[in-house]
Amino acid sequence: MGWLGPEATDALLLSVKVSLWATVVSLPFGVLVAHALARWSFPGRQVLNGMVHLPLILPPVVTGYLLLIGFGPQGPLGPVGGFFAFRWTGAALAAGIMAFPLMVRAIRLSIEAVDPGLEDTARTLGAARPWVFLTVTLPMILPGVLTGAVLAFAKAMGEFGATITFVSNIPGETQTLPTAIYTFLQVPGGETEALKLVLLSVGVAMGALALSEWLGTRVARRVAGR
Amino acid sequence: MSLRVEVRRAVPGFTLDAAFEAPAGVTVLFGPSGSGKTTLVNAIAGLVQPDAGRIAVGDRVLFDSRAGVDVPVHRRGLGTVFQDARLFPHLTVRQNLCYGRWFARVRQPLGPVVEMLGIGHLLDRRPAALSGGERQRVAIGRALLSAPRLILADEPLAALDDARKREILPYFERLRDEAGVPILYVSHNAAEVARLATTVVALEGGRVVAHGPAAEVLGDSEVAPLGVRAIGAVLTARVARHHADGLTELDAGGVPLLLPRVDRAIGTALRIRIAAHEVILSRGVPVGLSALNHIPGSIAALRDGEGPGVIVTLDTPAGRVLARITRRSAEAMGLAPGQPCVAVVKSVAIAREDAGG
Repeated sequence: MGWLGPEATDALLLSVKVSLWATVVSLPFGVLVAHALARWSFPGRQVLNGMVHLPLILPPVVTGYLLLIGFGPQGPLGPVGGFFAFRWTGAALAAGIMAFPLMVRAIRLSIEAVDPGLEDTARTLGAARPWVFLTVTLPMILPGVLTGAVLAFAKAMGEFGATITFVSNIPGETQTLPTAIYTFLQVPGGETEALKLVLLSVGVAMGALALSEWLGTRVARRVAGR
Repeated sequence: MSLRVEVRRAVPGFTLDAAFEAPAGVTVLFGPSGSGKTTLVNAIAGLVQPDAGRIAVGDRVLFDSRAGVDVPVHRRGLGTVFQDARLFPHLTVRQNLCYGRWFARVRQPLGPVVEMLGIGHLLDRRPAALSGGERQRVAIGRALLSAPRLILADEPLAALDDARKREILPYFERLRDEAGVPILYVSHNAAEVARLATTVVALEGGRVVAHGPAAEVLGDSEVAPLGVRAIGAVLTARVARHHADGLTELDAGGVPLLLPRVDRAIGTALRIRIAAHEVILSRGVPVGLSALNHIPGSIAALRDGEGPGVIVTLDTPAGRVLARITRRSAEAMGLAPGQPCVAVVKSVAIAREDAGG
């Protein structure tokens, strides 16, 4: 890419890769957790709700530090720490966790918009719960799931604090769009390159928001069956 | 196939404690709002769990608190029709119809059900493009195609206007007479009960207050779960002839009854409901009165109602007829059990929705 320098291009492509993986891998968990929070009653529901929302409330650097400790050699998740430590996979994990609350909220809202009477009806017609979910709930919330995915992707593209704390800022490996901007701003003459990345960030964010709005209006239409 | 239900369920402020047995045909759960009808239906469907009790369809036990049986909702083999139809909005009518069939033990052909309900032209539409009556017909078809052992209908007509009710009621009558699946039908509409019910279970405050064949329960002046205005007798009659002036003559146990035209073939058995407040009593056959129907009989009982009213039960060749008159009239006429009396009913007082198969 002639317009962008090689370092900035690397950062952009890495960000896209990290965010895609973060979104795709966390999506099934997001749907599961959203469904549990919206429909199931079980002990510890509020605790789960709190834990899902924690990354939204905590300073990102705290989330990053907790990941660092958790996946560190002495941490409880130490055995798999090598897979994530200072690699792009770690950046994807950090981004996925930071984006998770947004994803779950969007999906949960769309599940709550589905009339539970429809799910009950499906059960009386002979569908076991997993079938009810696959044939009634999921098709009706699909636009909501996509909205959650788009929002999560945008959030992952912008993740900074947890990423830099957990996997540092290694060009070509863990240097994503925001950390690259930060780096360019630290060196003399880096403003131009930083500004281009800033413009790209704004574009991605706006595009994602517009896409999620458009998908959101489809939820309502789909639930109404038009 | 019979349905036996015995359910206890207590929630703060309300206790449902009901037991009844329903033979084949349509059993109507009848009672005012908050009497526990819907809770009872949900308990049978498995959507709420009773605290104690036993529910069995034929010899198949669906729930038994003592034996620890609680068959999951999807294995109960019930077809449900709810007030709000509850069609799946993301599926076409055809896919909605096939939904229950897909899980059913027996794959019934779509054709006869579609034809019976007259929904062939709707198959490729989505529920949002249907009228209320059409939706309800599709919901009935969907329930039927799941090859149910019992159909639960929870106020299926309550959300429809009178014209749509008249459109749907005959389908439930056909279902009762042709499909051979027992139906538990929730209603608080006396006309619906009179037309459909084989058996009536009257609920009040979570308890069964009356239970038995429709004509008996509805003709019992002691039972008024819906208030005095819903009291009325149910008579069985045959279509005798159609008159040129738009009246249809029925034969009710030898008593001719004239009512606005009923589009049924001569010889068809009908049930008609005569609301108690529409009946005038006369000591003899009245002369110079516009009302066309005179049903002679003798007074079986007089019961004081609340306020100024009296419910008079009359035994007639047509069956038991109820009249709600004022105490003042009863006293002035000197009415007493055993006396002969004539029930006078205007033809137009027998509403068309009160006459059905």
